[in-house]
Amino acid sequence: MLRFILQRLAVLIPTFFGITLAAFIFIHLIPGDPIEVMAGERGVSPEKHAELMHAFGLDQPLWKQYLDYIWQLLHGDLGKSFVTKQPVIEEFFKLFPATVELALSALIFAIIIGIPAGIIAAVKRGSVFDHSLMTLSLTGFSMPLFWWALLLIVFFSGNLGWTPVSGRISVLYYFDSVTGFMLIDSWLSGQPGAFKSAASHLILPTIALGTIPLATFARQTRSAMLETMGEDFIKTARAKGLSPFRVTVVHAFRNALIPIITVIGLSVGVLLGGAILTETIFSWPGIGKWMVDSIFRRDYAVVQGGLILIATMVIAVNLTVDVLYGLIDPRIRKKGH
Amino acid sequence: MKKSLLALAILAGSTALTGTAFAADKTLVYCSEGSPEGFDASLFTSGTTFDASANTMFDGLVNFKIGTTEVVPGVAESWEVSEDGLELTFKLRAGVKFHSTDYFTPTRDLNADDVIFSFTRQMDENNAYYKNANGAWEYFNAMDMSNLIKDIVRVDDMTVKFVLDHPEAPIVANFAMAFAGIQSAEYAAAGEAAGNLDNVNQNPIGTGPFKFVAYQKDAVIRYVANADYWGGKPAIDNLIFSITPDASVRFQKMKAGECHVMPYPAPAELDMIKATDGMSLLQQEGLNVGYLAYNTEKENFKNVKVRKALNHAINKQAIKDVVFSGYATIAKNPIPPTMWSYDESTTDDEYDPEKAKALLAEAGMADGFKTNIWAMPVSRPYNPDARKMAELIQADWAKIGVDAEIVSFEWGEYLKRSKDGEHDTVLLGWTGDNGDPDNFLRVLLGKAAVGGSNRARWANDEFEAEIQAALITSDSAARTASYKKAQEIFKAEAPWATIAHSIVFMPVSDKVTGYVVDPLGGHWFSNVDMN
Repeated sequence: MLRFILQRLAVLIPTFFGITLAAFIFIHLIPGDPIEVMAGERGVSPEKHAELMHAFGLDQPLWKQYLDYIWQLLHGDLGKSFVTKQPVIEEFFKLFPATVELALSALIFAIIIGIPAGIIAAVKRGSVFDHSLMTLSLTGFSMPLFWWALLLIVFFSGNLGWTPVSGRISVLYYFDSVTGFMLIDSWLSGQPGAFKSAASHLILPTIALGTIPLATFARQTRSAMLETMGEDFIKTARAKGLSPFRVTVVHAFRNALIPIITVIGLSVGVLLGGAILTETIFSWPGIGKWMVDSIFRRDYAVVQGGLILIATMVIAVNLTVDVLYGLIDPRIRKKGH
Repeated sequence: MKKSLLALAILAGSTALTGTAFAADKTLVYCSEGSPEGFDASLFTSGTTFDASANTMFDGLVNFKIGTTEVVPGVAESWEVSEDGLELTFKLRAGVKFHSTDYFTPTRDLNADDVIFSFTRQMDENNAYYKNANGAWEYFNAMDMSNLIKDIVRVDDMTVKFVLDHPEAPIVANFAMAFAGIQSAEYAAAGEAAGNLDNVNQNPIGTGPFKFVAYQKDAVIRYVANADYWGGKPAIDNLIFSITPDASVRFQKMKAGECHVMPYPAPAELDMIKATDGMSLLQQEGLNVGYLAYNTEKENFKNVKVRKALNHAINKQAIKDVVFSGYATIAKNPIPPTMWSYDESTTDDEYDPEKAKALLAEAGMADGFKTNIWAMPVSRPYNPDARKMAELIQADWAKIGVDAEIVSFEWGEYLKRSKDGEHDTVLLGWTGDNGDPDNFLRVLLGKAAVGGSNRARWANDEFEAEIQAALITSDSAARTASYKKAQEIFKAEAPWATIAHSIVFMPVSDKVTGYVVDPLGGHWFSNVDMN
């Protein structure tokens, strides 16, 4: 097992350098320089422009800027934002917990609804439930996130007044951040109503962000289940007289898990991508909006550093999924040898 | 089930809140449109940052009277301009206190040292704060202050004299701008001694009506009223900026009572906002102009008849209706109607395609010509949708045989290339900085601005003579006369098609009293109360 993990880790080193190069090249390929963008309509004189380009090291040839950047990275320094003048790593970790909290919440929402729904649809194949679920999940999958999120706000917050409109907690609660996770911090604060406020703020963004993964999980579970349920060992299990529940959950579902876990692992990327829109609409202070703003401002250090950090997280999740495969299916672990 | 903010406030008030007491006091929540870049306004140029820093926590030597562009005393109680216009002396107000917070306690009141520090850090290359910012004092540079101020002299403890390189009448108003807020020299020195030069930007200390409490990045900024404010304690006790980037969501928050004031409503929702109970929609003409500049150095646009012809071909009413949803004033002058010296008597180039064709024929271009229209990639108050505006103009010009191609670039690139004069015609605009006509006419149409913000690359001697004459005298009647003459010359020469001045809207909860819309685009809360 250790060897399996080490092999996976070894592949990561070139991947990681590939990411730094891609992040660097893409942001520098977009035309426009940060000094002009900062000055806007007001403009900046050519002399001052040259002085600032030099001060920020932007007058160097690109390959030199890249090498300097890698050198800096190897020393664990992701640089400072041009805009806020704050270290990139500090900003990232101020915002990242909010993104994780929302992504986890959306993921759990999608799993606890999507997977059972997919199993039931597979068991009751061809029933009304099956057809409606498949139609609904196709709708969920094709829904424009922006529109869906606004619809949720207008209906549940605007018309019914059941949930707060946006933010992570009512602005009237004020306490120091301990973990960065609002549900935990609000509970730790001991202020009456704080936890309830944080939880109610999480509902709509969770639904908005969780809808697409939910639809994917439901469909994937259904088809994986259908495939396994046609296998001989299921017939054997049935013939042995096992209860339908045991046949479905223990025998069929366990064997259908590989494709389901793959989809869950891949959805982490979808969740981070969807987070950009969800965070903007729900005024959710996470890294999605931070990254987009930085691209528009040509805040090179933030875009590069942010991409590298996010890529690292995604790689870590994928590694975990790979390890999980090995645990679930020994054949994969063996092939690694 | 609908939770009103009041109910929440009472709930919150009845429970123990840590930190500053956000108890049963008057707490105003402002749903701001974005995150501040920092809290040292001199480092930045965006209005969002100014609202969160200069407008809430700082004073200038002079301030703008809220809701106007009139310059009133700030931490300086009076000022004097020398006969030759080369010396500007400020007499400081006694007893002005810097904020006492949990991160800084001032040992003295504001004096000349603070004023001198606030400006030398933006111009002295040896100053530690100058170096820390890499010299990027955007607005100070944009207003050309580094060339204008030759020296700053400490006359005595409470008197500071600015020695100028050349006389410039509008300079007093520059001292009311966000970049000219007065910082505490004592606090800055403490930061420097501790090797923490970012402190001024992260944990601000000013003299203004509100004190900084905390900033949760991209989420909430908290302020508390400054009980020691020289202008009197604000009527509200706590001010909260709840950062809400989406305009429709801001409106939903207003409706749900989660905030009391919001900027920049979506134009499509204005009618809905007007019809919503519990809030009113304040409005004021913005101090801005959106225009189409003709590159007068290009062969096709050297002839004034061509420029006039194109002006007559543009249906501005249609632009107003489509691009601004009807909420704008059609522009006939390069300065907005709310600005002093605005020339009411100007006759606009009315929409008349036949006249346009005739003028083109007179210019020897009866068959029209090929050209381009540059459209900005970003939305601005003076032009919410440049692409759409360009399409309308393109269709109008097609009717007189002028075939225009629409061109766009990424924003930084757009600004740079249009500065270099690569365009035939370019859409752009301007929002006033200090309420002075000089800030429009000289900045956008002056000779020295060719290759900079004079996108028409128009250099007219007569016009230049008028704006230079107005620059060096502080006699307001003479200045008004010069600026009116300049507007006449502008209209006759038509280096631009003046398009529109937009209207600024502010939805405000009925619980809020005294809120005034600022023509300069800022958001101010020191004079606001709640019932």
